[in-house]
Amino acid sequence: MTLVLSVLEQGMIYAIMALGIYITYTILDFPDLTVDGSFPLGAALSAVLISKGMNPVLTLVIAFAAGAVAGTLTGLIHVKLKVRDLLSGIIMMTALYTVNLRIAGRANLPIYNMTTLFDNALVKKVFSGALAPFANTIIILIITLIMKFLLDWYMNTKSGYLLRAVGDNETIVTSMGVDKGVIKIIGLAIANGLVTLSGCIFAQQQRYFDISMGTGTMVIGLASVIIGISLLKKVTFIRVTTSVVIGSIVYKACVAIAIRLGMPSSDLKLITAVLFLVILVLGMDRKKRKKVA
Amino acid sequence: MLELQHIHKMYNPGTINEICLFDDFNLTIEDGQFVSVVGSNGSGKTSMLNIICGSIPVDGGKIMVNGVDITKKKDFIRHQSIGRVFQDPSKGTCPSMTILENLAIADNKGKTYGLGRGTNHARINAYRELLASVGLGLEDKMHTKVGALSGGQRQTLALLMATMKPIEFLILDEHTAALDPKTAEIVMQLTGKIVKEKKVTTIMVTHNLRYAVEYGDRLLMMHQGHAIIDKAGAEKKAMQVDDILGTFNEISIECGN
Repeated sequence: MTLVLSVLEQGMIYAIMALGIYITYTILDFPDLTVDGSFPLGAALSAVLISKGMNPVLTLVIAFAAGAVAGTLTGLIHVKLKVRDLLSGIIMMTALYTVNLRIAGRANLPIYNMTTLFDNALVKKVFSGALAPFANTIIILIITLIMKFLLDWYMNTKSGYLLRAVGDNETIVTSMGVDKGVIKIIGLAIANGLVTLSGCIFAQQQRYFDISMGTGTMVIGLASVIIGISLLKKVTFIRVTTSVVIGSIVYKACVAIAIRLGMPSSDLKLITAVLFLVILVLGMDRKKRKKVA
Repeated sequence: MLELQHIHKMYNPGTINEICLFDDFNLTIEDGQFVSVVGSNGSGKTSMLNIICGSIPVDGGKIMVNGVDITKKKDFIRHQSIGRVFQDPSKGTCPSMTILENLAIADNKGKTYGLGRGTNHARINAYRELLASVGLGLEDKMHTKVGALSGGQRQTLALLMATMKPIEFLILDEHTAALDPKTAEIVMQLTGKIVKEKKVTTIMVTHNLRYAVEYGDRLLMMHQGHAIIDKAGAEKKAMQVDDILGTFNEISIECGN
């Protein structure tokens, strides 16, 4: 039971990050490695602000804004300085490592016995008795759903249409008299905002910040997106964003099962990487695989 | 009025592959004119369009629109008054979006792409009528992704999208070249109709000499960065394919085609 709840909780927290990766990887076709730095950016901000006693909801807003700034910088490096997409992300990721250390002040910052999203007076009042074990899961579910629906809404605005168009066919955006660079930057800002928000929630759920938290974020996010989209390809009535959320939970479940089968938790990143490779290969179309061979 | 003044353009300057395409190229196009452009490969037809649209920079000279110098203006700013259809049907539309969404994007050209609803539902009937007027049955496929359409259908949609909003210039870059003869004919007829209705200044590059002669009120034949034939008005009207075929063969042989 605890295992199922913890899979659901972590799966849904990571789902917000995966939604960000869905924007960069699937929509913009931009392999954005910034996320390996912007996820712990959220965690660092979260740990510091919570230990200073800030309202947990406010930390979410600040985290999103900080991530949006990081994404904007990656976008500016790529669009204005004409650095290749992958390198722009790597530059920002590396820079953020130091930024995160500076924010947290050290490589590891626990936040036990503090007022967090999951541990405050309101939560104690609403989730009492039999509901108490489900408090975290329900809170995370609500936040994840809000972010999913906000993203769905944005994708159907005029600005969202252009974001979808720029990944599809850059030329059309220029033809509409709009600077395609600006649209890409907006996409990267929203994506990294989501990733940082996810890191912020993660730190509050785990009750600590660690500088190595971000390693492999990209891989986890990509795996979630690819699982979600390829598993639910045939189910046409659900939105892609929903598929991504489900993909994230399925992925976390796979990792949990691997650990349950006796792999030590220090092997986590190796499991993550191997699982991703398996998913990547299985997710490819049969035809494509033949072509590579 | 569009003026190209003393345009210089070199490719790969300073290398052994250096090619001087335009050396003092001049062209003036009056408002409302429909110019067909033909010429051999590498004669500068597409480069001329790219220079007008700002897709490639020039090494010298000026591009003037109604007396205003736009040489330094970015491509996306110039496109605010330009509609463009490419040879490749996939360049004028978004494949992963539906016909309706594509039209909605085009319908918003010139306005801010903000946080309002992407598709204005009050306009759907107008979109349907627009699609029905083409007669390809696209009006029944409004919710189909454009990627699932045929090349001709996509090119038709691209043409409708490019001319949906008032524009000053319509730039057609061999827009029927990738289509089968029958579809090319349909797209070409639609082009003629739209240009006549909207009275938009049009520059059409084509490899089809018959289209060049049949459509438009001015004909340019380009060769090595110069217009070797430039006929307008009555002279253009009286022109037959045979009249330019000889010259066209000559320059084509010279280029090794």
